[in-house]
Amino acid sequence: MAKYAPNLSELKKELDEKPSILKGNYSDKEWWDLPVEFRDGNWCFPAKPEVIEELGFPNPRKWAATDQDWKLPDGWQKTISEGLRSRLKKYRSLKLFLDTCVRCGACADKCHFFLGTGDPKNMPVLRAELLRSVYRNDFPLAEKILKGFSGSRKLTAEVIKEWHMYFNQCTECRRCSLFCPFGIDTAEITIVARELLNLIGVNNNWILAPVANCNRTGNHLGIEPHTFVQNIESMVDDIEELTGITVEPTFNRKGAEVLFITPSGDVFGDPGVYTMMGYLLLFHHIGLDYTISTYASEGGNFGFFTSNDMMKKLNAKMYHEARRLGVKWILGGECGHMWRVVHQYMDTMNGPADFLEVPVSPVTGTKFQNAAATKMVHIAEFTADLIHNGKLKLDPKRNDHLRTTFHDSCNIARGMGMFEEPRYILRNVCNTFHEMPENTIREQTFCCGSGSGLNAEEYMDIRMRGGFPRANAVRIVREKHKVDSLVTICAIDRASLTPLMRYWNPGVGVYGLHELVGNALVMDGEKKRTEDLRENPMAGFEDGEDDED
Amino acid sequence: MKKILIPLAMVAALALVAYVGVEYLKLQFIFGVVIPYAAAVLFVAGFLYRIADWLIRPVPFRIPTTAGQEKSLDWIRRNPVESPHRAWEAAARVLSEVLLFRSLFRNTRAELRKDASLAYASNKWLWLGGLAFHWSLLVIVLRHARFFFAMVPGFADFLDHADSFFDVTLPAFYISDAIALGAITFLVARRFFDAKVRMISLPTDYFPLFLIGGIVLIGVLMRYVVRLNVMPVKDLMLQLMNFGFDPPGEIGTLFYIHLFLISVLLAYFPLSKLMHMGGIFLSPTRNLCNNSREKRHVNPWNPDIKFRTYSEYEDDFREKMKKAGLPVEKQ
Repeated sequence: MAKYAPNLSELKKELDEKPSILKGNYSDKEWWDLPVEFRDGNWCFPAKPEVIEELGFPNPRKWAATDQDWKLPDGWQKTISEGLRSRLKKYRSLKLFLDTCVRCGACADKCHFFLGTGDPKNMPVLRAELLRSVYRNDFPLAEKILKGFSGSRKLTAEVIKEWHMYFNQCTECRRCSLFCPFGIDTAEITIVARELLNLIGVNNNWILAPVANCNRTGNHLGIEPHTFVQNIESMVDDIEELTGITVEPTFNRKGAEVLFITPSGDVFGDPGVYTMMGYLLLFHHIGLDYTISTYASEGGNFGFFTSNDMMKKLNAKMYHEARRLGVKWILGGECGHMWRVVHQYMDTMNGPADFLEVPVSPVTGTKFQNAAATKMVHIAEFTADLIHNGKLKLDPKRNDHLRTTFHDSCNIARGMGMFEEPRYILRNVCNTFHEMPENTIREQTFCCGSGSGLNAEEYMDIRMRGGFPRANAVRIVREKHKVDSLVTICAIDRASLTPLMRYWNPGVGVYGLHELVGNALVMDGEKKRTEDLRENPMAGFEDGEDDED
Repeated sequence: MKKILIPLAMVAALALVAYVGVEYLKLQFIFGVVIPYAAAVLFVAGFLYRIADWLIRPVPFRIPTTAGQEKSLDWIRRNPVESPHRAWEAAARVLSEVLLFRSLFRNTRAELRKDASLAYASNKWLWLGGLAFHWSLLVIVLRHARFFFAMVPGFADFLDHADSFFDVTLPAFYISDAIALGAITFLVARRFFDAKVRMISLPTDYFPLFLIGGIVLIGVLMRYVVRLNVMPVKDLMLQLMNFGFDPPGEIGTLFYIHLFLISVLLAYFPLSKLMHMGGIFLSPTRNLCNNSREKRHVNPWNPDIKFRTYSEYEDDFREKMKKAGLPVEKQ
């Protein structure tokens, strides 16, 4: 982290003192005259040639964003121009959002990257203008006549560099689209811009390597089936040690009622694994007939950050596996962009899932009518229903060592609209929960700064700046309510908020919601619990002291 | 500065064209009949073309920006407007955008304060200014219906009365005129004084503001200062409404400038960002229901993609899977 992250006191000084357009300092320069400068920490390593070859993508080569010559393929202008033309035919959203912006500026200071960098091209309106200016040069007849007057420009290699920089300083979080009077969604623009860049080999290894892995092994991290099983089995051992309970997950089992799919980060990465342990405890607690697949072992979908086709290709495994195993429905774990894809894209791309049944909770009998077509239920919906029906034995005191706040993941908030379920669960599994300021939560939530495949180590400078608004909101509840635990329902959040908190708010830990559920669950036949799933001591349950109950 | 002065000069030049054309070249017929007809044709045809051009493009995915609780469990209170589940709820959402500027009402202003801390203040000025601008223009346009119909329509009469509630001048002063001019001034000023908006603004953002400002200003001049005889104006308008081609009667030059600038606005409309008037109804992040898990949304161009099947996967990993005790399809 040290190498690519900015020095904290220098960054604070920069935020305090450096004049920026965010503070109302106008430099008298037009945005198209501002240079694009790549330096350590503000660009992601490009995809390795072997990754590109494995995916069958164009222009595999060794290059770096700091190179003068990016070795773009012959005729790249034509590729981009035709690529844009064909996408304009496919997406009304793209055409409409390029055409209707009035540059009112409502979105300008809503972007976390703008707030953290003060870079004018991070105002969502200008991010879109980067593409719009080229579009105006080529497309609508009327704008062509008014060239110069309408702010259009030619597509040059410099523009490609600018696109690469700024369409990778957008996490497709849609916060701007919430404030736009026309609902213009920069994510739609960024999605297409990244798709276009991939056509000429301008890419990001941190996105494409997971995509290649996911295609081959079933998950982003490239965990092969035997290792996948081993990892979960070692969690089973840890759970047994902590609670005395032996949970019994099954893998690739035909005939199970439910297929459970979660991001592979929960199987492999700290602190995601503790969330996974929470799931395992929960499923054991209610006796759920479920199985986990090593083939469809990824909830996340980095194809979403690559291209429409790749998103569909990776997502197809979920239904394919559900059909093979003969399950009744699918239960999905905590993840942000996974749920954007499942909620808004999956059935359209790979449905109809008529071989599955409308999900019914085997414990409460609740029919999840809201998932009647997709047949996939969010774990927070599932657990909230269990708690509401009194099916879980919970002791929220077991989370008394944590003072929590809740971070809404962008995709769950603005691409799905789930706000109440996770809060309901959180209030039931812990006693101390404080909301961050209202302009930073729920539909107005701030991104972690590393979403949409930007979680790369070498991108730490931009990530720490992009995460600044979120960190700042945590700081407020930390100072006001001594909050020390940031609870999320997103795997990328768990991975990325951890370094963000270490950087801005040391002492604040990052937790998955179901990790806290796992802490609070009182299991039948368990031994005396003194430690949480992280083996940290729980307050009021110390060894040798009498339990309150 | 250039991007402000050029559009301002353009509007002045357009006004001058009409002035010279009518005052010196006596082209009353061109400016009073030919150009307005041409502008109206361009406006209607252009507007319809642009809408059709959007409508023919598919909406492959259901992508509402959800701003409230979705419909999920029965006991969880959902937000029907911010996260619509049925078509009429989505319609209500769009209408709240069109009529009340719902999203702009949410606007905040971020401030970077000392000790690297961020604060957000509610900022409703843009919402208020935008609403004042659009609604006052709508009232003004509807008020003008009295010139287009022999029998003044009821709503025009009503608006006329409501609008001249403050009867302080002769003829009665229209509140909408003051609001429109004030709002235009505000919208231009914020483009100039707010650093962020100044940087993002293009000449095409100033031009329509100046053009509309010019139209309103001349309208105000004609009503309160250089009093015009309105009867020949109404005759001309009635004639245009009946697709007649008689030369106009004796009308002051100011009117022709007014009419010419409106003609330019009409012709320019479909070519420009002003099309947001139609676009706002079509925005897929606002006009779609958030029910894509309950009802299947069909993508007309959904591509056929070959994905890696389970059997291909098992072929690659069979031995490892067997060793790990995983069930396999083929031995």
